[in-house]
Amino acid sequence: MDVILFLVFAIIAVVSAVNVVVQTHPISSAVSLIGVMGSLAVLYLLLGGEFIAAAQVIVYAGAVMVLFIFVILLLNAGAESKSGRSFMVQLLGVPLLIALLGLLAFFVQRLFPRGVSVHFGGFTGGTAQAVGKALFTTYLLPFEVTSLLILIAILGAIVLARKEID
Amino acid sequence: MNAFIVISIIKAAVVAFVLLTAVAYLQWVERKVIAHIQVRMGPYRVGPHGLLQPLADVIKLITKEDLVPPYVNKPLYLFAPFIAVCMALLAIAVIPFGPTINVAGYSTWMQLTDLNIGVLYILAASSMGVYGIALAGWASNNKYALIGGLRSSAQMISYELPMAIAIASPLLLSNTLSLRELVGTQAGGIWHWNVLRGPFPQIISFIVFLIAAFAETNRVPFDLPEAENELVAGFHVEYSSMKFASFFMAEYLNMVTVSAMATLLFLGGWDPLWPAQYGSNLIPTVIFLIAGLTALYHAANPARKMDKYTFPAFGIVFLILAGIFLLPIVQSWLLPLFWFCAKTGAILFAFIWVRGTLPRFRYDQLMRFAWKFMFPVAMLNLLVTSFLVAWVS
Repeated sequence: MDVILFLVFAIIAVVSAVNVVVQTHPISSAVSLIGVMGSLAVLYLLLGGEFIAAAQVIVYAGAVMVLFIFVILLLNAGAESKSGRSFMVQLLGVPLLIALLGLLAFFVQRLFPRGVSVHFGGFTGGTAQAVGKALFTTYLLPFEVTSLLILIAILGAIVLARKEID
Repeated sequence: MNAFIVISIIKAAVVAFVLLTAVAYLQWVERKVIAHIQVRMGPYRVGPHGLLQPLADVIKLITKEDLVPPYVNKPLYLFAPFIAVCMALLAIAVIPFGPTINVAGYSTWMQLTDLNIGVLYILAASSMGVYGIALAGWASNNKYALIGGLRSSAQMISYELPMAIAIASPLLLSNTLSLRELVGTQAGGIWHWNVLRGPFPQIISFIVFLIAAFAETNRVPFDLPEAENELVAGFHVEYSSMKFASFFMAEYLNMVTVSAMATLLFLGGWDPLWPAQYGSNLIPTVIFLIAGLTALYHAANPARKMDKYTFPAFGIVFLILAGIFLLPIVQSWLLPLFWFCAKTGAILFAFIWVRGTLPRFRYDQLMRFAWKFMFPVAMLNLLVTSFLVAWVS
């Protein structure tokens, strides 16, 4: 059952991810990106990371992508026109892609040897309590440093926006 | 395992049927209440007191011509109402209506399923619901619809923040994310409900949550996405027939979900006002007894022509209902259901009441209110609550 669900949502994720690049209209790309985020949430859920799955939907699919769509609607962005592919892209595109996928497959094979398979229900440390405890004990310093980094980014955004208005 | 699947399917069917009927009649209640606020009669023609009006509306909406304008973005135009209704229905799946019931030897919860991240699940479903409106506005290829979608997405992002922070404070008191356990921690009378519970009563976050809920469901006074005098009808201006009805249904379903959430988070879910050993079991009986006796009194002194026939009938129905609430067999599940429906219904009535009372906000007022008032208040409330919870424990 979980293998079927994994395959279905993995395929949806990959197809939507390809669609993000292929579509010419920004809205269609954004909607495909929501598909990627949603199927990733299901994959997290299958791995036992229920809190991460909910956070993925609320933050990425729910907030970040709404903001993306809001900006696209606000600027009323039209479809982009496809420029012709250059000679180098036509010549090297497919071989390079195959080489990259081959390298990735090789490293995954070497890093994660056979026999260590993940199965549904095997991991139980993904509850909200477990994540909260980990964030506030083991990973307290990285967590606080990251929050500080985000705060600085927000302040920077406000300063830059102020300059535009004045 | 088999019995589990059968029970789940039956429960899902019952919840879906009851919910959709309730949504149809919620609209009738809304029209009636607004009418009486404005000293009118409201729907009166179809059935007694317009009681069959929802049925007539459904038939009208189904049989209307389903028009797809030629200039729309077809895939997204068709997808938008679907996603709006889907996300609204999804959220209902984790809402508990009462404790366990026994049917033919099987014991089951009055809830479709309980997640230990139930609160987050509802937040996720409601945050996905905005795509229905935003995409409908864009795909319609119409400037009014586009502005409606734009306003809606901006409003949703802004009000989701105070709403989520307002939800966090009662969760600190209850210390769980499961909606079923959330009600369990509030058992034992009104002074144990999160809205009045120590160390810090959550009255402020209850009010912030309700205001944000009005904005999240696009209701008056925050119904800018469909402001008639500026945008014709806003995001659904190009939709007709059942596609229009889907948006309508989604709005009312969201209202029910949000009211149920307020009941579960702040008002103790299906717990009675005070514990059963002090006689709270008799409250529904007393209410229906008073209603029945009043009806019978008016039947004895008829003011209008038909009162001789209608009032005795209603009086007897109310007295029978009062008797049913006394039967020990049904009391175990009927009483929790009564309390849950009473609390949710009271909040839904507040939704309608506000619609009949307040004018619409201006857009800049809406944004200023969210960011400069609601957000700091919710944040301060969360801060005080967490300090007090940490100090007490």
